[in-house]
Amino acid sequence: MIPNQFSYVRAESIDEAIRLLHESNGEGKLLAGGHSLIPLMKFRLTTPSTLIDIGHLSELRGVRKAENRLVIGALTTHREVHSHPLVQEHLPVLAKAAGQIGDLQVRNRGTIGGNLAHADPAADLPAVALALDAMLEIQGEDGAEIASVDGFFLGPLVTALPDTSILTSVSFLIPPAHAKSTYLKYAHPASGYAVVGVCAIAAKDPDGAVEFIRIAINGVADVAYHCVAVEQKLQGQLPTEETIREAALLAAEDGEIGSDHFASEEYRRHLCSVYTERALRDLLL
Amino acid sequence: MAKKVEVSVTVNGKAYSAEVEPRMLLVHFLRETLNLTGTHIGCDTSQCGACTVMVNGEAVKSCTMLAVQAAGCQVTTVEGLGEVGNLHPIQQSFWEKHGLQCGFCTPGVMIASIGLLQQNPNPSEEEIRDALEGVICRCTGYQFIVEAVKHAAQLMAVDETETGNALQIGEGR
Ligand SMILES: Cc1cc2nc3c(=O)[nH]c(=O)nc-3n(C[C@H](O)[C@H](O)[C@H](O)COP(=O)(O)OP(=O)(O)OC[C@H]3O[C@@H](n4cnc5c(N)ncnc54)[C@H](O)[C@@H]3O)c2cc1C
Ligand code: FES
Ligand code: FES
Repeated sequence: MIPNQFSYVRAESIDEAIRLLHESNGEGKLLAGGHSLIPLMKFRLTTPSTLIDIGHLSELRGVRKAENRLVIGALTTHREVHSHPLVQEHLPVLAKAAGQIGDLQVRNRGTIGGNLAHADPAADLPAVALALDAMLEIQGEDGAEIASVDGFFLGPLVTALPDTSILTSVSFLIPPAHAKSTYLKYAHPASGYAVVGVCAIAAKDPDGAVEFIRIAINGVADVAYHCVAVEQKLQGQLPTEETIREAALLAAEDGEIGSDHFASEEYRRHLCSVYTERALRDLLL
Repeated sequence: MAKKVEVSVTVNGKAYSAEVEPRMLLVHFLRETLNLTGTHIGCDTSQCGACTVMVNGEAVKSCTMLAVQAAGCQVTTVEGLGEVGNLHPIQQSFWEKHGLQCGFCTPGVMIASIGLLQQNPNPSEEEIRDALEGVICRCTGYQFIVEAVKHAAQLMAVDETETGNALQIGEGR
């Protein structure tokens, strides 16, 4: 399978890429690792007139710590995220999720920025980004701005990112030191993408009550969502088998749960509860 | 037709330059422009890994990369691993441990295995199976492939103590 024709430009800087996006009048697309875009182009599900390659811009790569956040360049690959010492130390749940993406070859090419900008509902990083309060640094014609990931995902493959902007980095909140975290995924047996993926982070106070809890889910709904209902149910509570089971029953509450020939809506709701319950038991019991 | 783009790339230690259409996939560039047909196309949809090659030392699926993206890169294909009489340890191991039957998947499986061994020279069986998730073999049932990779890790460890460069691939092996 061969993509439709397009012209190709290698941008030498972020500013040049933004200018080229502007000049392409909405017909151009950025190319990062290409591991979502090229498959779509081979199926001709998307036919951009120009690809603006940013894949080699080294200023968009790398991980650094800034106070209570880790800032990760948009072009950092899944493999780099998975194996980076700062990520493993401060955000083990992100390292774990990045290590579950696709396979070795996919992780060598795919990037964290491309994963979020592509907004595939079945991708693994959107839930982690929501649970860790990610902030997106977006550079456009009028300069740079910081946007919360909350509200960024608008629909399948649709985000709030303006046409002529680049996601340059993503920063993630480092949870309290005594917090535990996990990402549990039920992978589609053929594609390996998430049918459900639950990211959960929780910490207990000295009396054993839940003092910090963040849960987000991708895979089951049209976009990844933050499980506010589960968090509210557990915040301040003493976790027990029963409180966790009751809270986990609310896991599908905040999403627009979808349905397809592989997994019906009912089955997806069930998976949400089961995987959320497992995650919470891991963290809190 | 979209403007062609000049691509200069080093494949198996040899420099090549060609004008290509931007939409040409790396796997087609290797097979059709450079006549290096050892790299196979199994699925064309990024699933099977038969097209796996090394790009700047990392295993990638060359059906999911444009030739223009490889400009300036070092690429290693199965042709660059070794030759009869001077096999790469991974080839030696696939031979000794029967890591193949029809051989269609083998170029990709060997390159993916080298990708693993470069990141992790002494992998456990579980790590080998995990790292080979991106290659599909319809013949072997994987058991002999796993044994071949384990054996290669041992051969490479011996090689390394002897020559200090067990992982060198491409140039002049
Ligand atoms: C076989 C296979 C299996 C996979 N399995 C999984 C999986 O299990 N889980 C998972 O989460 N993902 C999976 N993926 C997708 C993979 O994670 C992609 O790498 C990722 O979704 C996109 O990143 P990319 O760098 O390849 O982006 P590209 O494909 O280059 O780009 C994707 C989109 O994002 C835009 N974009 C890219 N970078 C930026 C930026 N910095 N700023 C603005 N826009 C940008 C592009 O214009 C394009 O529209 C899989 C992919 C393959 C091929
Ligand atoms: S041909 Fe590239 S993964 Fe199958
Ligand atoms: S040996 Fe035949 S497909 Fe692997």
